[in-house]
Amino acid sequence: MDITTFIPRKLWVPGLLLLILIVLATLPLYAGSNRVLFISATTLMYIALAVSWAMFSGPTGYMSLAPAAFFGVGIYTTAILRNELPLGVIIVAAGIVSFIVALLVGLVTLRLKGIYFAIFTFGLVVLIGQLVLYYDIHILGVRGHPVTPTTYEIMYYCMLGLAVATLLAAYFIRRSRLGLALQSIGGNEEAAAHMGVNTTRVKVLTFAISAIFMGAAGAIMGARMVFVDPAATFSVGYSFSPVLMAVFGGMGQLYGPVIGATIFSLLEIWLSGRFPLYYAIIFGIILILVILYLPGGVVGLIPKLRNRLGGVISRLGKGGKAEQHANT
Amino acid sequence: MRILEGRDVTKHFGGLAAVSHVDFHVDQGEIVGLIGPNGAGKTTLFNLISAALPLKSGELRFKGQKLNGLKPHQICKMGVARTFQQTKIFADMPVLQNVLVGAFFGSPNRVSGADAARGANQALEFVGLSAMIATPAKDLTLVNQKRVEVARALATKPELLLLDELMAGLNSTEISEAMELVTRIRDNGITILMVEHVMKAIMGICGRIMVLHHGEKIAEGTCNEISCNKTVIEVYLGGEAHAGS
Repeated sequence: MDITTFIPRKLWVPGLLLLILIVLATLPLYAGSNRVLFISATTLMYIALAVSWAMFSGPTGYMSLAPAAFFGVGIYTTAILRNELPLGVIIVAAGIVSFIVALLVGLVTLRLKGIYFAIFTFGLVVLIGQLVLYYDIHILGVRGHPVTPTTYEIMYYCMLGLAVATLLAAYFIRRSRLGLALQSIGGNEEAAAHMGVNTTRVKVLTFAISAIFMGAAGAIMGARMVFVDPAATFSVGYSFSPVLMAVFGGMGQLYGPVIGATIFSLLEIWLSGRFPLYYAIIFGIILILVILYLPGGVVGLIPKLRNRLGGVISRLGKGGKAEQHANT
Repeated sequence: MRILEGRDVTKHFGGLAAVSHVDFHVDQGEIVGLIGPNGAGKTTLFNLISAALPLKSGELRFKGQKLNGLKPHQICKMGVARTFQQTKIFADMPVLQNVLVGAFFGSPNRVSGADAARGANQALEFVGLSAMIATPAKDLTLVNQKRVEVARALATKPELLLLDELMAGLNSTEISEAMELVTRIRDNGITILMVEHVMKAIMGICGRIMVLHHGEKIAEGTCNEISCNKTVIEVYLGGEAHAGS
């Protein structure tokens, strides 16, 4: 007898999620070292970034390379406000600032399609970075900001809260009429518009909502830094990583980017510790293999495996019955 | 009552006049056919009405309200729905979700989830696709993909439906079914303007026909008038052809 037959599927999924949440929430009690907390917080940050990226780019197919821009805006918000306001307020402020920036950028760029949109969002990272640098040097008369770092524990809990909030938002958007509108835009934008979908509003709004979480992630990361420098803050790596993680995990399911981000960020930490010189190459090869052979991402494997296993199980079942018949 | 009216509708692509000084109207409850050789400007006219292309010159009115300057989603919410010559379904979405998009967003008011589901299921039943609501739209045959487009347009609760070559690529049984479907849509109180090359269908169901050639309206009238019209025979039906064949 299979144990899952006793537990209804409806209870099974929330139960598992609750268990994971309890383990994560109590992690600092038995983590033992700050390193474990930092690695876990970084993983949670990547989950938030990948999930928020997939929130907009997944269903619509608009490849945004802007996460680093909003992430950087978040870090900078912390750098400027850290010594004056509590962290909670700063995180919310960073979310709002990112939302507004994304709204303005979205109104201009979301007319662009395909590769042009990707290139513009990529340029946005550099543009905002340069603007911040200019502001620092010419208006504030400094370069970079020293920050009083917060504890690993606080950073960890903030990231955990953010990851949960991002997942909830993504879950509700997927199930809402906004999610349906996004999917229809990805399916055929022209047809969506002729079916009454205000495509510009849907795109800009979702782009801006996803930026809230990217900005908040940056704000939390910034709170752990000792010194915030514009060049390091607006690093395009923070744009590529979430995209690669989401693609690696698979965007067909909500948990795809979560799995992608978890595997990816742990792999990165492990590889960069073991092969500090070659890890980028190994990483690239793994990624190319995944994109070539797993177009649905890691998550795309699950239905395939289930089919195979299902086939084996039903064959075993039939085999058993056949034997019974033979015996009678 | 005139449900749709166009005055001096003109559209240039570079130096080419795709639609040139066309005056036309569609009365409520009619099925009007729009015919003409390839490149005559039929689809361009559709694109102007549904605002897929901006109308810069001339004027379009739907139930007396000006359509100039409106966006496609606004036109749809006013009560003008359309299908596409090249089907533009949401390929990866199941049939029901395709139609739900129209049901949720096509109405000027906010539609509740239950109402949208009811509207979508009704539209699917109307076109005869109730058995396939869970199938991904890309897995359907051409005729069923066209039915999805019709259901999706119907789910927006239109008063005027623009059908762009609904019958192209269908076999003769499917064409008869499509003709019957179009008539039933009209009987439900929806006015229809259709572009079509299948003359059997046009002659069979349209009350009135307009003929475009090089972007200009060269003729207009009942089926008999059009099939006997010398210019139309020359540019479109062909010298030896007879309407209905």
